[in-house]
Amino acid sequence: MEPLSAFGITTQIFIQLLPVWVALIATFWLSITYKRRLGLYGKLFDSVVGMIGFGIVMFWVFTGFFGSLDMILTHDPLSQISGMKNKVPGTPIPDSSVPYPHYLLGGDNLARDVFSRVIAGAWVVIRIAPLATLFSFMVGITLGLPAGYFGGRLDTILSFIANLILAFPVILLFYLLVTPEIVLTGLPQYMAAVLFFFPLVFLFMLVNSRFHTQPSTRNIMVAIIAIVGGWLYLSLVSQSGGGSAITVLPSALDGFDIPGGLLVVFVSVVFVNSPTVFRIVRGLTLDIKSRDYVAAAQTRGEGPWYIMLWEILPNVRGPLIVDFCLRIGYVTILLGTLGFFGLGLPPESPDWGSTINEGRKLLSVYLHPALPPALALLSLVLGLNLLADGLREESLRD
Amino acid sequence: MGKFILRRLGVMILTAICLTYIVFFLTNLYPNLEKVAKFQGNQRMSDEQVTAWLSTNGYLRPNVVKYGEWLGVVPGFTHTTDEGVVKGRCVKRGMTAEEIPTFCGILQGDWGDSNVFKEPVSDTIAKRLSLTGKLMLTVLLVMVPSALIIGIFAGMKEGSRTDRSLSTVSILSTATPEYVSGVIFIAVFASSAVGLKWFKGSATSAMEDITFANFTLPVLTIALYGMGYIARMTRASMAEVMTEQYIRTARLKGVKFSTIVIKHALRNALIAPFTVIMLQVPWLLNGVVIVETLFNYKGFGWVLVQAASNNDIELLLGVSVVSVVVVLLTQLISDIGYVYLNPRIRIS
Repeated sequence: MEPLSAFGITTQIFIQLLPVWVALIATFWLSITYKRRLGLYGKLFDSVVGMIGFGIVMFWVFTGFFGSLDMILTHDPLSQISGMKNKVPGTPIPDSSVPYPHYLLGGDNLARDVFSRVIAGAWVVIRIAPLATLFSFMVGITLGLPAGYFGGRLDTILSFIANLILAFPVILLFYLLVTPEIVLTGLPQYMAAVLFFFPLVFLFMLVNSRFHTQPSTRNIMVAIIAIVGGWLYLSLVSQSGGGSAITVLPSALDGFDIPGGLLVVFVSVVFVNSPTVFRIVRGLTLDIKSRDYVAAAQTRGEGPWYIMLWEILPNVRGPLIVDFCLRIGYVTILLGTLGFFGLGLPPESPDWGSTINEGRKLLSVYLHPALPPALALLSLVLGLNLLADGLREESLRD
Repeated sequence: MGKFILRRLGVMILTAICLTYIVFFLTNLYPNLEKVAKFQGNQRMSDEQVTAWLSTNGYLRPNVVKYGEWLGVVPGFTHTTDEGVVKGRCVKRGMTAEEIPTFCGILQGDWGDSNVFKEPVSDTIAKRLSLTGKLMLTVLLVMVPSALIIGIFAGMKEGSRTDRSLSTVSILSTATPEYVSGVIFIAVFASSAVGLKWFKGSATSAMEDITFANFTLPVLTIALYGMGYIARMTRASMAEVMTEQYIRTARLKGVKFSTIVIKHALRNALIAPFTVIMLQVPWLLNGVVIVETLFNYKGFGWVLVQAASNNDIELLLGVSVVSVVVVLLTQLISDIGYVYLNPRIRIS
């Protein structure tokens, strides 16, 4: 086999990413066709910046997704092929029995395929970052609304705690929390037990405050939340196996186990982000609660949770959606930071931060192992920022 | 104003106590203590030996007592070894039994000893902090003026081509965390394989002698990430000011555009960025840790990494006290400065 030229590499990567292009074109075609019926999402397609951002973000979402379905990867991201150590992009593999004849972006220090690792790393980010951001928002909203709405001592205490967490340098907190020793003590599981309880509370309050006048509907919905959410919650919190700090569910009922390393990463990212969300929601609530429609709801005799969740929250959705996009980008950066310092995720994990960290050691000689993940992370965060900008512009327009 | 500062100081001290206690609690969890024991004793200690070592050295007493000792409000722990020598946290080498002080915590100015560096924590921190201070100062000198200039030029004429391109630059810079820009900078400017070879990829030599070649890349790397955010805030604030009535009046009077920007707009537009800049300082600390690791500059951030990865309890506490004080002080300064700059706001 001949080594590939730069043009050859580009073409091959383009062909490998074919499912992503198809999915992207389909998404854009459908969205632009029906954009007038899609609300804020449809309006996004009126702004060039927003469309570019959305395109980049969806590119990585599809890449991660199809990568996890094994449609894009050319090699196994963890397996090593001898003779491919630090080889430049486009090097053919000496052994002809492997399914794909080249390392498209070269081999890394341990003779693994850089291209496949970058694609596999996208899936790590796409799986964790939006979910962690969603959880931080649930925690922040559930605490921020009452703090802003009721004020008083509740507000003082919650704000003090939020400022306390914010005063911690993030890296110090990560170094203290995300270590194998802390995982051994079961602390992440306790934190998970506390933090993941808020989404349940949030959903319960959401349904209860709206439907408490129709008990039959309310009871069904609350039961669904309690059973599905409760099961998810308990499966998430309790781990099967001997070393678990919390075991509520018997292992037969335990739906899934999250490896300790991943759980601690997830928990710390949620923990670091929720105080900021709390402050944003609290500030917005303080601003909105003096509006006339809130006073009208109070006069009607609506309960405080109804006013907070069904009157105030929908009216602050604009800034929150924008912050949501920005925050996914920030969480991506945080995950990269964790990987960069080798915290939490296993050392051979293909996530971008770990790959950059490994590649930087030989950076002055070999550039190709470190640059692709760095550019991947940069483009995803850039896409999210542009998307947030587009959304902000479009939501301000009306 | 005096009352306000006093109250803020009170909250600050409370926050610092809570935070250091959290650090104390986390570093004193049993698996972490086991690591300390194995670091101090030897790696192949059995579980019983670890427990024995920990209890003779006083690590297994309640956290509150140990924390009190560290603060200096509880008498320091001492124990007598089999040979009849008195040992304890207050005992320094070459002290006789009478000289040993009862209290030795940070209130007495004793920050304890670092296990990793084998020297007093205060010495380590002072030495490393001065190195990082130089880095931070240079970063601020580069970052703040350039961010303000970008923001002012972008916000001057909202929606213009200058605005569009400068805004794209600032979005790009906020999307580039230090470990990405650092890697790219090294690849482009320092790599011996293909790069331009203008600068050095390591800042180790900058610890003694700062030169343009060895200090530019670390400074640029940190400055770039923070710059975009400040620039965007400045742009937003500038754009808002430019729509005010008094700017329109000045334009209709026929005042030159540059005079309007410099004399009328700038002063009001710089209030909001000031707060942002002050609040950005704690974030620089994150960047410092990453950049010092990446460029091998042995300053405060590097010490943090060393202390945390070896569970050096006293050093970690010292590091967290310093960083917490930095965070809280900048918050205080930004609040006071905000009032000072903006006479419309009065506290209480």
